[in-house]
Amino acid sequence: MLAAVSPLPWYVAGPLIGLLVPILLLVGGRTFGVSANLRHACAAIPLPQGAKPSFLRYDWRTTGAWNLIFALGIGVGGFVGLRLLSDPSAPLALAPETAAALAGMGITDLTGFVPSQLISWSALATPAGALLVIGGGFLVGFGARWAGGCTSGHAITGLATLQVPSLVAVGGFFAGGLLVVHVLLPFLLAP
Amino acid sequence: MTPPDPRWRHADAPDSASGGVATLAPEACTDTQQVDHRPGDPASGVSFGAFLLYGLLGAAFGLVLVQSQVVSWFRIVEMFRFESFHMYGVIGSAVATAALGVWAIQKLGLTTASGEPIRIAPKAWGDSRVPGARYWMGGTVFGLGWALLGACPGPLVALLGGGISVMLVALVAALAGTWSYALLRDRLPH
Repeated sequence: MLAAVSPLPWYVAGPLIGLLVPILLLVGGRTFGVSANLRHACAAIPLPQGAKPSFLRYDWRTTGAWNLIFALGIGVGGFVGLRLLSDPSAPLALAPETAAALAGMGITDLTGFVPSQLISWSALATPAGALLVIGGGFLVGFGARWAGGCTSGHAITGLATLQVPSLVAVGGFFAGGLLVVHVLLPFLLAP
Repeated sequence: MTPPDPRWRHADAPDSASGGVATLAPEACTDTQQVDHRPGDPASGVSFGAFLLYGLLGAAFGLVLVQSQVVSWFRIVEMFRFESFHMYGVIGSAVATAALGVWAIQKLGLTTASGEPIRIAPKAWGDSRVPGARYWMGGTVFGLGWALLGACPGPLVALLGGGISVMLVALVAALAGTWSYALLRDRLPH
């Protein structure tokens, strides 16, 4: 019913996301950044302190509880958006050039938000599916902590506060992304 | 000229370097803004009401991510192929809005709801011989993962909450990646 509001235009979605930065600062002096939660979640795993690398030994409750709750909220928002306000059978209105390029790689099902031919439980058994889900997830976790932030922490908070290291990190994000989309995926999914 | 501990300055104290917002001196090689805490914080760092607010803000974020299709693997491919303005519009206008908000906070000398000064920890350059190593190396590794999975950490959680259950595997893999980074951290350039 409300699927008509999707996709939300960029000039509505972007400002709404950007507003989170000043709001979180005003509410509790918190810095918007989602990937720190991967570290908080690792730190929260109840293991003897000696079993953890020093990077994961800190008081995650004080520093990260707010953010873990924020992340939990993202999951709830995702539930409302995907389950109540979206039509999962509607194909995405992708740029025709992108759709054609994907079709050339055998990706023809544009419904849902993930390519079910690559990202699904059954696709996990294929090399491509395993690389996307397990490899991709691993690199996201590894890279976000190495770089000290992800899209929200560097590309949004970092750029908005004019931090040059964040610009370098975003350059890295693009270097990696371009490599995957223009080299790795065509190679991996060559007919 | 740096005061002994810039953390606890009041936001309205004169600060020639940053125009009113108290800033934190860069610390080498630490995620300063993510492991900061203030004296007087309750054990959790958050009161119940604040918990609720953070949860609601997160839910709003997750909802916008889904409704704007930022969570879509296809949109990420489209972005890296430069075939649609949508993602650039979302990120660009988010940055502009955030910058405007931060500028207003500085201009008006605003404090947090509980009256504490607002400070934004600068990202430190690190101490590696390779300049900015952690940012471009770590950034590239993150970019590889972002494009493969088609989701960064926020969208990953939104998709999982939305019932794309295979994303649980991706989340566990991301935690394994974080743990591996923690193990290898001392040997990686930063």
